[in-house]
Amino acid sequence: MTDVAILGELAYWQQTGIRVGAGLAAVLLVAGTLVYLHLFKLVSFMQSRLGPMEAGPFGSLQLLAEVGKFLQKEDIFPRKADRFVFAAAPFVVLMSTFLLVVVVPGGPDAWFINSELGIYLAMAVSSVSVIGILMAGWGSASKYSLLGGLRATGQLIAYELPLILAVMGVVIQAETMNMQGIVQAQADGEIFGWGGIGNPYILTQFVAFVIFMIAMQAELTQTPFDMPIAESELVTGYMTEYSGMRFLLFFIGEFATAGVFSAIASVLFLGGWWAPIPGLEFDDNVWNLLGPIVMVTKVVVLTFIIFWARFSLPRFREDQLQQLAWKVLIPLSLANIVVTAVLKIVF
Amino acid sequence: MQLLAQVSSETDLYVAQNIFFAVIAVTMIYAAFRVVTTANVVHAALWLVVVLAGVAVQFLFLGAEFVAVTQVLVYIGAVIVLFLFGVMLTRASMGDDETVAGEKRAMAAIVGVLLFAVMAMALVDSFEDTRVDIDQPQGVTEVSDAIFSQYIVPFEAVSVLLLAALIGAIVVARKD
Repeated sequence: MTDVAILGELAYWQQTGIRVGAGLAAVLLVAGTLVYLHLFKLVSFMQSRLGPMEAGPFGSLQLLAEVGKFLQKEDIFPRKADRFVFAAAPFVVLMSTFLLVVVVPGGPDAWFINSELGIYLAMAVSSVSVIGILMAGWGSASKYSLLGGLRATGQLIAYELPLILAVMGVVIQAETMNMQGIVQAQADGEIFGWGGIGNPYILTQFVAFVIFMIAMQAELTQTPFDMPIAESELVTGYMTEYSGMRFLLFFIGEFATAGVFSAIASVLFLGGWWAPIPGLEFDDNVWNLLGPIVMVTKVVVLTFIIFWARFSLPRFREDQLQQLAWKVLIPLSLANIVVTAVLKIVF
Repeated sequence: MQLLAQVSSETDLYVAQNIFFAVIAVTMIYAAFRVVTTANVVHAALWLVVVLAGVAVQFLFLGAEFVAVTQVLVYIGAVIVLFLFGVMLTRASMGDDETVAGEKRAMAAIVGVLLFAVMAMALVDSFEDTRVDIDQPQGVTEVSDAIFSQYIVPFEAVSVLLLAALIGAIVVARKD
């Protein structure tokens, strides 16, 4: 437990500093990876083209070029905009993402906060981003922005419910809301007495997993659910009036949130930083190093599914979108909770 | 693991906690004044977010983590969002709206002062100078044990009341 010992000797503010730095890296590096792997390359290959190839090997430095471009652009405020609300909105959205990442554990000791509330805290702070979107929609003083903001809010409220209800199945089965506890419960779990691969909850909570992924896609306003930024009707919805740096913040927020939500999904359903490696028993120290790598692998796999759906499916109509949430996903997730609770008592 | 830094039980005066309490309390009071004085409805709702976030942090200082997170989830994530949603659907005018406060302001101030007096008196009267020691944050298990054993009847009664309010709202809103 060497690195734990090192962390133990540091003062509280030094540990906090390390955690803040690691949190920044976990949000920004993962967001960058996702943009390059999925937005630049995956979609290009799906459309039989190469994607960016000029900047760096295989276009891997394209991202830096894009950031440089956005930073140089003028920061435009619409004349009638509510300046403070307009300027603050992207920061509120991004703040919600940064608060979200703190509950995700990367190893037995590599956590930001190890709170008993865990997943409940994550669900609470993820709902704060709606305020940022409403601020952007209203503050822009533009029809398209306002309509986009309202659509986004209606959608995020509707899909937050199945998201939280799907999580409850996992919480009932793991008997804890602590993220480490959920990972541990899956690592120690057994499938009919066979503990070879633990018991990843994607097996027992498959319904919850599907609901969670669909609701997550909607929370991220990714394509089948992109009514709020429908480019053929609303330009880009609540982001219409933003340019340069502030647009970049929304953009980072979108991809970072995709990464963080995938990380939460991988903790809930795929065993988080834990992975079954036959024949080998690692101690905590090895997992502290291996955990983040396992975690990023799972995140890339889950985001692959998100972007696969994003680039393959056409957009829902507004009424279809609301019906899917209220008439299908919410009843289904309630039924899942009842069944899980009954089975939990029986077995 | 507490969401805020652990306090050592030896010291009598928690300096950092007190300073932050003061900073947040002053911010909350200022924001609360802005909620009722600003003529812009959307700004009022956004100032209310500041107040409610401050309340959540104060709950954290009291070690009530579950209550603090619920405060964020329910009030900031749902109630304020519905406020803003409703305001923007109906009257999302930019700039100030002169009809917001008007002549009811004096009455509202009197009611506010009276309410503050009653609540302050009730608090001072019931606690006097009792000192509440918070060594441990309140665990989720304790909260759920309390709700589902000692307070099960009030809890269920409140649930039924909320359900009745919900159905009542639907009945009132439907036109057919």
